Amino acid sequence: MIRHLAPAPAIATAIALTLSWAALPARADQIWVSNELDDTLSVIDVATLEVIATYPTGQRPRGIIFNSDYTRLYICASDSNAVQVMDPATGQILHDLPSGADPEQFVLSPDDRMLWIANEDDALTTVVDTETRGVVAQIAVGIEPEGMGMSPDGRLQVTTSETTNMAHWIDTETHQIVANSLVDARPRHVEFTPDGTEMWVSSEIGGTVTVFDVASRAELAKIAFSLPGIRPERLQPVGMKFSPDASKIFVALGPSDHVAVIDTASREVIDYILVGRRVWHMALSPDGTQMFTTNGVSGDVTIFDVATHRTIRTVKVGRYPWGAAARPAPAD
Amino acid sequence: MRILSAIALGAASLLSGAAGAETIRIDVIDRQVVPPPILSNLIAAPDDLGLAGAALGLADIRTTGGFMGDDYQLTQTRVAPEAPFLAAMQALLAEGARLLVVKAPAEDLLALADLPEAADAVIFNIAVDHDALRGADCRANLLHTTPSLAMRADALAQFALKKRWTTIALLEGPNPEDAAFAEAIRRAAVKFGLTIAGARAWAFDADMRRVASEEIPAFTQDLPDHDLLFVADERGDFGRYIPYNSWVPRPVAGSEGIMALGFSGVVENWGAAQLQGRFRDLAGREMRATDFAAWAALASIGEVVTRTRDADPAAMRAFLLSDRFRLSGFLGTPLSFRDWDGQLRQPVPLVTDRAVVMTAPLEGFLHEFSELDTLGQDRPDTACTQFGENG
Repeated sequence: MIRHLAPAPAIATAIALTLSWAALPARADQIWVSNELDDTLSVIDVATLEVIATYPTGQRPRGIIFNSDYTRLYICASDSNAVQVMDPATGQILHDLPSGADPEQFVLSPDDRMLWIANEDDALTTVVDTETRGVVAQIAVGIEPEGMGMSPDGRLQVTTSETTNMAHWIDTETHQIVANSLVDARPRHVEFTPDGTEMWVSSEIGGTVTVFDVASRAELAKIAFSLPGIRPERLQPVGMKFSPDASKIFVALGPSDHVAVIDTASREVIDYILVGRRVWHMALSPDGTQMFTTNGVSGDVTIFDVATHRTIRTVKVGRYPWGAAARPAPAD
Repeated sequence: MRILSAIALGAASLLSGAAGAETIRIDVIDRQVVPPPILSNLIAAPDDLGLAGAALGLADIRTTGGFMGDDYQLTQTRVAPEAPFLAAMQALLAEGARLLVVKAPAEDLLALADLPEAADAVIFNIAVDHDALRGADCRANLLHTTPSLAMRADALAQFALKKRWTTIALLEGPNPEDAAFAEAIRRAAVKFGLTIAGARAWAFDADMRRVASEEIPAFTQDLPDHDLLFVADERGDFGRYIPYNSWVPRPVAGSEGIMALGFSGVVENWGAAQLQGRFRDLAGREMRATDFAAWAALASIGEVVTRTRDADPAAMRAFLLSDRFRLSGFLGTPLSFRDWDGQLRQPVPLVTDRAVVMTAPLEGFLHEFSELDTLGQDRPDTACTQFGENG
């Protein structure tokens, strides 16, 4: 399987650079979005809520993640079978990492060193050293791994597998699975609470979010959703994101075109926010006040206020926006 | 990469501590039939139709089983066209086979289901879409993972209504399955309020590869005006020559043109691209409806064992028919079984050769309990009385 990784890099990058330099006078916070069916990233200026740059990537970009000082952006280029490393200052792809086949989502270890990558087609979690650019380990997990979470202390990685319906708890030191927890059908996303005590898993087809106690791995709660006028099968939890103070968690409900708001302590659904069509994932603005949702089918990003849940604007991006990541205003 | 993954897999199965677990036996049975003659020599059904879907299902549930400490064994039996079917089935049942995934004609399915030793078995029909098997001829031990004719016809009727192509014409082939499909379309037309303006029986025996362009315009010329031309040609005999040769330019639906199928190689949303990729790696071809039905049968078995920790057929049947069963089947919505006739409640993709046009049930077709039940025989209309405990 030999595929080119970045389409016509010289020309495409030149165009992107022109675009970005022409449009980047203000140094504001940014939200980066991967456009799954356009093989591009869109950069949204948080101050103006406009797309200020579009950069070409490998094929079918999905998960994206910045390192802790925002000098590198990692991109799961699923159909290029690579994780690409981009310099966010220039939009240039620096090199690829050996990701294993069909990388979809990943997490970066707190020390910025190890990328934990879900290989959807191979039922593997691949651990890649971003410095040596080598594969450190491959761990056999269930069919179609996707959701990737890491405990804040970096000791525990959780991979969820969509067709095996499990959360696999992996010791990051030994690279061994230490436990498997069954969840409802088609788990898609994992979030740890910032204090590391709870792990939340969304189940797309099961229509639920399961909360686990990290210490005992016991199931604490299962949260379901209901919205008048929308058939229950369409309430499909996918991406999740905590508010900055972790008092609330926002859950993207896919084809219901809504984001649910759950009170973290009571685990009650307190609100539903109407966004664009088939909402996948979210990113929080660096100041913590605005949430950006990727709406796959409508090809746009909805911005809502984290405190009031009011929608602010919808911004057109590329085809099938999927992943999202925030980057604070570059300092210089 | 492949070598690495094999090593890692070995480690995982050690970890899961599967030792001592009982192996769950599943049988996949292919009753071979002599294919009927058709006009074109180009397209033949793959030799491993259905079997390859079962093999993928096994691989999927084995992976889950590896983490749960369950193991599955798939026994494949092919019965030649001239060989007695029931004797082969009796031998399998005598060996202890109780979870049977079967590709066989309706009469063989019924004969198998009626064997006394199969009374406590769970039989999955993966290939036959006859409505009678979900109606007057239903059997308590017979479940269906392939959509019924009524579901397929209703899906097409919803499409016609959605497009407001409500006046249809019908071309009907000479075979029993054509008559059955045409009948299902007539019933769907009544159910959804379509008008059948006219119908013609296909009655040519010329070789259409040579004369389609001359015969078909004349054949369709005197049909009353219509929005959509339905073709009932379930063997794929003459239907392929209808599009672009009809007297008036009209879209074609049914066995040709836009088709309502349980699955197809063009289904890609809802994670289906991954399923298709795994299937292509395994079988070297695209997944068809019968393969999907076999995969769904295996996946259903695995789902029950994983959730209930019980492979007893009676308990499995009860769980499959309960509202606790929810299968993730790459069609965007959970799949479950109807407790009045054993039919898998499933969306029906409306496809052409190259794309999914829509997936039924279409938006706006509402139902008191599940919109999936706008397709096929609903509880109040069922003629099946074998699932009596569920009313």
